Amino acid sequence: MIYAGIDIGSSTAKAALIKDNRLLATHVIPTGYNPLNAGIAVFEALLEKVTISKTDIAAIVSTGYGRASINFADKAMTEIICHGTGTHFMNPDIRGIIDVGGQDSKSILLDKNGQVENFAMNDKCAAGTGRFIEVMANALEVRLDQLGDFSLRADKASKISSICTVFAESEVISMIAGLQKRENIIAGIHESAAARVAILAFKVKIKEPVMMTGGVAKNKGMVAALEKRLGFKLIVGDFAQENGAIGAAVLASRL
Amino acid sequence: MSDKLAEKIKIKSAKRMRDIMTTYYLDAMTAGQNNKQVAWITSGGPVEPLVAMDIIPIYPENHGAMIGASKMGEDLCIKAENMGYSSDLCSYARTDISCSVVKGGPIGGLPKPDMLICCNNICGTVLKWYEVQARFYNVPLFILDTPICHTRYSSEIARYVRAQIDEYIVFLETITKRKFDYDKMARVGKLAYESQLLWQKVLNTTAHKPSPMSAFDAFFFLALIVTLRGTQIAVDFYKDLLEEMEQRIKDGISMVPDEKYRLLWDNLPVWYRLKWLSQKFSDHNACLVADTYTSAWCGAIKYTDENHFLDSMAEAYTRIYLNIGVDQMADQVLDMIKFYDADGFLMHSNRSCKPYSFGQMDIMKIVREKADIPVLMIEADMVDPRSFSQSQVETRIDAFMEIIKQRSS
Repeated sequence: MIYAGIDIGSSTAKAALIKDNRLLATHVIPTGYNPLNAGIAVFEALLEKVTISKTDIAAIVSTGYGRASINFADKAMTEIICHGTGTHFMNPDIRGIIDVGGQDSKSILLDKNGQVENFAMNDKCAAGTGRFIEVMANALEVRLDQLGDFSLRADKASKISSICTVFAESEVISMIAGLQKRENIIAGIHESAAARVAILAFKVKIKEPVMMTGGVAKNKGMVAALEKRLGFKLIVGDFAQENGAIGAAVLASRL
Repeated sequence: MSDKLAEKIKIKSAKRMRDIMTTYYLDAMTAGQNNKQVAWITSGGPVEPLVAMDIIPIYPENHGAMIGASKMGEDLCIKAENMGYSSDLCSYARTDISCSVVKGGPIGGLPKPDMLICCNNICGTVLKWYEVQARFYNVPLFILDTPICHTRYSSEIARYVRAQIDEYIVFLETITKRKFDYDKMARVGKLAYESQLLWQKVLNTTAHKPSPMSAFDAFFFLALIVTLRGTQIAVDFYKDLLEEMEQRIKDGISMVPDEKYRLLWDNLPVWYRLKWLSQKFSDHNACLVADTYTSAWCGAIKYTDENHFLDSMAEAYTRIYLNIGVDQMADQVLDMIKFYDADGFLMHSNRSCKPYSFGQMDIMKIVREKADIPVLMIEADMVDPRSFSQSQVETRIDAFMEIIKQRSS
């Protein structure tokens, strides 16, 4: 039996397939304007990848901010449960999750059975989310996938004091005008975002080992900044970004 | 839900309460023509002496709730901000202040007050808010100062507040140019006591599984215990409401048709989202069975002596939920979780209401430790919808319910 999970986030849409309790394949595309179209596109592209037809899929669970738009899913569930389930599926030893996505960052505490014990999410502010980092990357004319390498070359992190994304962007622009090194500014951006995310981890009294999930986990500079702030190492799997979709597929297999 | 089922679960007393409230506001609007005076009073203020003096009490906070529920809050908040008030100021205060100037809102503004009665047992904002209104309407203001009882009601606090009750009576005698009728006061006190007991009994009926009503209904039926406390009308109404609830229990009628999960709510309602929230919980087969807010109007009844109402009033009004220490608040929450057998505790961190939202983190921690049930905090505001983000709140509530379901399976 094959099960599918579709995670429609604010910036990317992810899909995953599970067969015989093993991960079969995943796919990621930008969400764009229409969440349902993104869901259809990412699902169809994934099926094409492994040459499976829709009729072979036993059940689908959708998650993420666009979860309610996926009208062909059997059930919609929240990212919190999906990330918990996905993480436990990939690595059953994990007790804590730090997930940083496009517009949400969250910290989740799992019990030994992979059930969510507690969670904390960012408040209405976008500081400490992927969007914050994206806005800064645009201001610095650096591609998202280059940020990590840039920041690792920094000799010291610039200090970004504003929590507000809009004000922090002005701060970054004045740093650029002040001819501060781009590497240092980027390291400062990671430290600022990491400080916000770490608060969520402390809030739930996170327990090790901790896995970092979400698209931002692909940013080495951000992972390093978070580890420094938290004081312990984070585990980043190969499917950090698709973790929610994987969890959704696992939950689909339990429907 | 089918129309038949919707009709069956509808609470019949609702229509009567609407009629009573309409009459109440009409009486207040025409008070001047009937040689009656109107006093504006804070929600936690001692209303009984006003009732004993035949003065019509008007509650700007009840009006604020009406503004919120009729989704007129945003516009009136912006008008207050245009007048120079900070967006951090309580949205009840903002809407009341701007409504006085523009005569807006669902009933075209409140009847003009002849006096203002302000008791700071609910918050400190009311002091400045009522001073603003006293200047605007050019009417006398009486302030009853109730010190916070962090741990106990000391003899100093007792003497201090009791002395102010006498000053309050002198204030009323001066303005009305009439003598205070202590016999009538005793009768009003007994009615106030009786209506509070009845309100508590109504709230207690939700301990039954499934619950005959939800906190969303309590938010609505609360209006009478606030505005008409101390009158026969309130006593009669709550007697009938209690009877209706008991009948619903006998007939097996519940507010959430397939109630599986029971939740406790903390803080004021999100007035402009009552329907959405109620549907949201109902979709999860969850009923908000109780809350810390509506019970505040009967929570201090243990300090009231119905036979010596004036004397015991000082203590009862000082020791209300918002005027005690966080540990005592947490104890009350834990008692409620037990009494109502709640599966989860939902806290509204209310941008407007600082004294209610302050300490919530501690209460959250205590409840997690001692009651071992999931606790969720959502951020919103009671009247100003600009502080409410639907998709954020929705994800948090859905995840909270998924955890509760996981735990019970």
